[in-house]
Amino acid sequence: MARVETFYELLRRQGVSRRSFTKFCSLTAASLGLAPALAPKVAHAMETKPRIPVLWLHGLECTCCSESFIRSAHPLVKDVVLSMISLDYDDTIMAAAGHQAEKCLEDIRTEYKGKYLLCVEGNPPIGKDGEYCIVGGRPFVDQLTDMAKDAMAVVSWGSCASWGCVQAAKPNPTHAVPVHEIVKDKPVIKVPGCPPIAEVMTGVVSYIVTFDRLPELDRQGRPKMFYSQRIHDKCYRRPHFDAGQFVEAWDDENARKGYCLYKMGCRGPTTYNACSVTRWNEGVSFPIQSGHGCIGCSENDFWDNGPFYERLTNISVFGAEANADQWAARVGVGVGVGVAAHAAVSAAVRMTDKERHKSPPMPKGGHE
Amino acid sequence: MATDSSTVPHIAPAPDAHGGEAHRHLTSYYVYEAPVRLWHWLTAILVFGLSVTGYLIAVPPVSAEGDTNDLFRMGTIRELHFIAAYLLAIGMAWRGYWAIVHGQHARQIYYVPFWSLEWWKEVWGMVRWYLFLAKKHERWVGHNPLARASMFGMFTLGSTFMVLTGFGLYAEQAGLGSWQDTLFGWTLSLFGSSMALRTWHHVGMYLLLLFSAAHIYAAVRDDIMGRVSTISSMISGWRTFRD
Repeated sequence: MARVETFYELLRRQGVSRRSFTKFCSLTAASLGLAPALAPKVAHAMETKPRIPVLWLHGLECTCCSESFIRSAHPLVKDVVLSMISLDYDDTIMAAAGHQAEKCLEDIRTEYKGKYLLCVEGNPPIGKDGEYCIVGGRPFVDQLTDMAKDAMAVVSWGSCASWGCVQAAKPNPTHAVPVHEIVKDKPVIKVPGCPPIAEVMTGVVSYIVTFDRLPELDRQGRPKMFYSQRIHDKCYRRPHFDAGQFVEAWDDENARKGYCLYKMGCRGPTTYNACSVTRWNEGVSFPIQSGHGCIGCSENDFWDNGPFYERLTNISVFGAEANADQWAARVGVGVGVGVAAHAAVSAAVRMTDKERHKSPPMPKGGHE
Repeated sequence: MATDSSTVPHIAPAPDAHGGEAHRHLTSYYVYEAPVRLWHWLTAILVFGLSVTGYLIAVPPVSAEGDTNDLFRMGTIRELHFIAAYLLAIGMAWRGYWAIVHGQHARQIYYVPFWSLEWWKEVWGMVRWYLFLAKKHERWVGHNPLARASMFGMFTLGSTFMVLTGFGLYAEQAGLGSWQDTLFGWTLSLFGSSMALRTWHHVGMYLLLLFSAAHIYAAVRDDIMGRVSTISSMISGWRTFRD
């Protein structure tokens, strides 16, 4: 096997200047929350380390994760991030097709056993033996299981792979399940979002190749550096929330003033993501900044926690849907009527009971 | 069954108000010690306050007018909710301690003797009484078995659920690594998402309010028809049985 090119060699070969390369390393270090002194370490890693082979599998998905990834704000992304790793298989963007392309998977698996990173976009539907998603002539769930077996780690790109997303929303006809329910013996890094933020995706990959270790994960299995706080915690409209100033309707004066979108169902307070910090499209904006509430796309079950434009989510009881307040009103009326009726009957029974002042049995102390 | 001095009945001759037989007595038992009574009323006020502030957090009042810098309306509502929640949690912890070190009455709301056939028979007797199928019912110095079941199932478990999920929600703003997160962060994982945790915390509030409605109605009814000083016993500590 020929010596594997380093990132730096590859970049130079592609005509990237040393200066641009250094700038990229500094920016990457900054986006990972590292001290400026660590930028040279990033550079050093890229100059000396062989590229990690990455296999990018696609299950049941819409490719929005890939679309986001290739739009990473830094201009060098298409050259650098895709080159940092040795992207050996990605059926959406690779030129190869057919048996040879599939053979590539097998080659990497045997040649780089335990050393390659398996990125999964989309998820496996396991209903009807997996026939709802066939890749290379066999169910995607089989491909995933095979390739995960010898991987170093698995990265779940997006909400599909992390949580299930739209195809796993009720009633989930194909029985789509998130990757971590299939791959149980390998570390699974969830990078949720629909799609995830491009800088978050590149940041996670950069971290792994730079430090040769997986990022620290939170309780839900997401990298702490990007998912430890809610949109709400860093939202620039937060002062309006604390003040109690809300948009009451989409076209009211408060909407024009840029008040908090909480009452419009904004999911910022319940969504862990970095949107309010890194923003989107080279830091141009993010949903709340453009006047629309967050829909919580990086959260588990976000499709089922609707409606998006209401604060309270619907709770389904025996097929009937209503939010907690509406249920409480129904139950409350029932209890009110019940108590009143019971009280009325009690009074009637008492009035007609001639022995109502006779003694009942003497009290018992109760049981221990 | 252990009988300590607090359950020794005090018997006084009853006034013959309704033309009954002359030998009728008022029998009183000291059931609720002062700290338990204090805890009861404090908890009642806190549950009410937490429900009001909690509802306003989920469904905020009409937007405040004026300079954002001078306003802290939502912040104040949340602050009050958190203060009340801490008091409730401390009260709950303290009440648990009291149950451990004190007598049988203090422990009643913490479990139900579901393994005892005798107890189930007593529950059935109370169900019949509430369904007007029985003219008389047995009486107990402490809670009747049905009351005990509802207090355990709805209040004790319900309020514990609210404290656990409440701290789980509080951990979100306290941040990863805070003691609230370390001790209660798992509740979020349990429900799968922050939104689901909120929804169930909201449902829990209605469970406690439903319990309160049933609790107050049953206490008033029992006071009249059960011929027991159910209501004043939570004020004076003495439960008096008329007869």
